This record gives sequence, C-alpha cells and structure tokens, in this order.
Amino acid sequence: MLKFTDEHEWLKIEGDVATVGITAHAAEQLGDLVFVELPEAGTALDKGATAATVESVKAASDVYCPLDGEIVESNQAIVDDPALVNSDPQGAGWFFKLKLSDPSAVNALLDEAAYKELIA
Amino acid sequence: MNEDSPLKQTPLHALHVSLGARMVPFAGYDMPVQYPAGVMKEHLHTRSAAGLFDVSHMGQVILRPKSGRIEDAALALEKLVPVDVLGLAEGRQRYTLFTNDEGNILDDLMVANRGDHLFLVVNASCKEADFAHLQKHLGETCELTLLDDRALIALQGPRAECVLAELWADIATMRFMDVAEAALHDVPCIISRSGYTGEDGFEISIPAASAEDVTRRILEHPDVMPIGLGARDSLRLEAGLCLYGDDIDTTTTPVEAGLEWAMQKARRSNGAREGGFPGAGVILRQFTDGAGRRRVGLKPEGKAPVRGGAPLFADTEGKVPVGTVTSGGFGPSADHPVAMGYVDIAHTANGTQVFAEVRGKYLAVTVSALPFVTPTYKR
Repeated sequence: MLKFTDEHEWLKIEGDVATVGITAHAAEQLGDLVFVELPEAGTALDKGATAATVESVKAASDVYCPLDGEIVESNQAIVDDPALVNSDPQGAGWFFKLKLSDPSAVNALLDEAAYKELIA
Repeated sequence: MNEDSPLKQTPLHALHVSLGARMVPFAGYDMPVQYPAGVMKEHLHTRSAAGLFDVSHMGQVILRPKSGRIEDAALALEKLVPVDVLGLAEGRQRYTLFTNDEGNILDDLMVANRGDHLFLVVNASCKEADFAHLQKHLGETCELTLLDDRALIALQGPRAECVLAELWADIATMRFMDVAEAALHDVPCIISRSGYTGEDGFEISIPAASAEDVTRRILEHPDVMPIGLGARDSLRLEAGLCLYGDDIDTTTTPVEAGLEWAMQKARRSNGAREGGFPGAGVILRQFTDGAGRRRVGLKPEGKAPVRGGAPLFADTEGKVPVGTVTSGGFGPSADHPVAMGYVDIAHTANGTQVFAEVRGKYLAVTVSALPFVTPTYKR
C-alpha cells in the first residue's frame, strides 16, 4: 500500500513497517541534494518530529516523521550519494524504515490520487 | 523592503519565464533562482564554459561633474568611499565601498571612469538608499542619474571571451577591470571585464528595449547556459567574494572584512589624500593596528554544509564563542562545503580549527585561505 503526506513524503506500507521517502515533486523542488542526515536505527519518533535533514546547494530542509514509530533501518546509500534522492526519489532514494506504533494510523494519510490533487 | 509591494521585473523577465526558470522574490524583484538544468549543473557549466546571468536588478548610476571636469566628480565621490577614484584611469573600473561615520559598510559597488562621467554599479537592495546618499553629498557638484532604462547581464566563464569575440573582435584586448563601449548586434553596450564568480568574464549594460534580443542571441551560442541566483551565490562563495547584507553590512568595517586591498595608498595614512571619507578615523586606525575580528574562509571538515548564522566556538561543547558564519553552502567545484565568517583575531590563522553549531552538533571547521577556487581573471 502506498500513502502520502501533505509534507511531500511517501510511505510504502508492508505489515507494520513503512518505508519512507520524499516524493518526486519534493525532490524536484529541493533541487540537487548534496547532504543527507538520517536517524539511527532504534530511534523512537513522534509524528511531526524532525526525522532527517536534507541540504541542497542553497538550503537545508527538514524531513518530518509521518507517523509515530521507531526507526528500524536508514538508507546509507543516500548518505553516501545524496544525488540518488533526485534521480530515484520513490525507489533507491528511500530514507528510512519506520516500525509503526499504530499501523491503523496509515488510513488517515493521503492516497496517490489525493496527493496528486494536492500538488496539481 | 515592503513585503506587500508588487515585485518588480527586469527587462529579461519574460525570457526567464520562457526558459522555464523558477522565479523567486529577491531585493524586490521577481528573479530566476534556477533554470531547469539546476544549481549544480549551472555552477559547473559557468566554470567550464560560459554562464549568462541577469543582474539588471542592480543599480546603474551615472555621476556627471557639473564642471565638466571628471576630476571634480572623482574628488566628490572620494568623500564617500575609501578608495582612490582620482587615480582611476579612463576606461578602468575598481571595487569600492560606501562607509558610514562608524566606519561600517553601507554598500559595496563598482566605479568606472567613463571619460566625461563616472559609472557606478550598486547592489539592488541598496540602490535607492545609495542614490539618496549620493544626492545628499554629491548633489552640489554632480548631476546624478539612476538609470532605469538599461538591463545588465553578466557572461562569465572560460568561454565568455570567445563567445563575445564573435560579436566584437576587440574584446580580447580588454584586461580585467577594463570598461569599453561597443556595439553587440548593432546595440550600443557598455562592457566591463569583471564579474562575481571568480572566472574571467564580462558585465554588459544594454538599453532595456534591446536587452532581450541581445541576450537571446548570446544564449543561442552552444557554450552559453542561463544561470540563476542559486549558482550565482555558490560561485561567488567559492571565489571568496562578499555578499552585501550577509558578509558585509553596517556592523562590519572594511578592515574586519579583509578588504584592505580595495583601499589604495593615496587614501591610507600618509597617503596623498589620506582619510576624508566617512569613518576614516576608525578605518585608518584599524588599518594600522588591526581589528579585533576578521573575515576568514571556513572549510567544514565533514559533508554537512555550514550556513550563514551558525555560531562558531573554540571547543566542541559550545562554551567559548569565537565568531559567526556569515555565508556558507556547498561548493560544487570545490566538491565540499564552503563558508566564510568572522572570527576573533586569535583564531584567524589558516589551519585553525573551530567548531560550528549546526542542529545542536558542533562540527569541525578549518580556517582556510580564500578563495576556494583559483580565479582566472585576465590581468
């Protein structure tokens, strides 16, 4: 199941774990990324907390945690090569995997059609 | 700047939009921050070929001596700037600063001797204030005009000379900081060999009505790419050049900013026309004794960019403050983060390690020589 937030994140939900990244729209708006900082596995985060930081040539931006949960894995590949987020934002450019405190909370997120409408 | 006032447009606004630029408000103008190629490619293209910038938002001012003698305009302007204007030969340009009575910097600008008048290029955000300042102090001796009918573009990079030589063969005879008049595509332009990127290049003042046509034709050259404000900032930062409002302002002096090189002998202590500009007491004293702090290059040791506003400390716990970062980001040509800022005089030696507070962490930053890239000016 694929869900979206109005903060321009996508979540691919498998059981109680969500793989989280930023949308192609967000990556395009940010421009060429040169630095990514990700949360460590084991970090518990509330919805809305700063989970990651991305920096383009020009500016720094925060990536917020989309739901309450615990980080189970971060994508070292985008730390080593931030350009992956620009080239494949909804694939190889994923940010982290989040074990959801309440898997039913995903129902409140946007589906793809609603997200597309948001950025239209 | 009133946030509610409508944004102004340069004569090249429609061109930017047609090129797919992302437009942002800057100094009261709707300006291109980047084109579809993106900041990284735009930056690297400027260093490897040629980048074209719209800098029409900047102020172009003519200072014409009422006496008809250029010396009178030069001496009048010297009352406001700490540089040698009288010694500036016809067809030459130099960098200068407006200072205030405290010795701080009101703006930085270029002044050119155009034979029968002086031609100034000032920052967009300061142009109205600068013009009022000039009117107030020079209105008696000079006729002043803030031009609103001319665009200003910059063509920067190693291919800039070749591109323009196809339009005007004599361009190759110009040296860094020369100023000349020439027709490009039959349009009379004022060309200076200067810029804000650390590259060889030119700034071209064009009558507004012809600006889009001339610019489009230059952009047709395969070596030329349009460049937005994003890459303009990363290019100047790598080149160690100050951005007014960030690196220099009304809280910094020319000596603190490391701009002593801009003050020629004639205006320094024991010079032919020593002092005589606002804040001369403070500035000349600092010139001799040094200032308590100084602008330096800063190289973050990690991959994280360190940006303007980040406090600097001598230690990793944020206990001993030593200064502040004034601008910073990623340097695409340097291929690492680059920054500059002010540190206490005890920490200015190249190689000194200090720590920048970024998101609650203290990141190692090394005081480094500016610029971060080797300039290619044609002196």
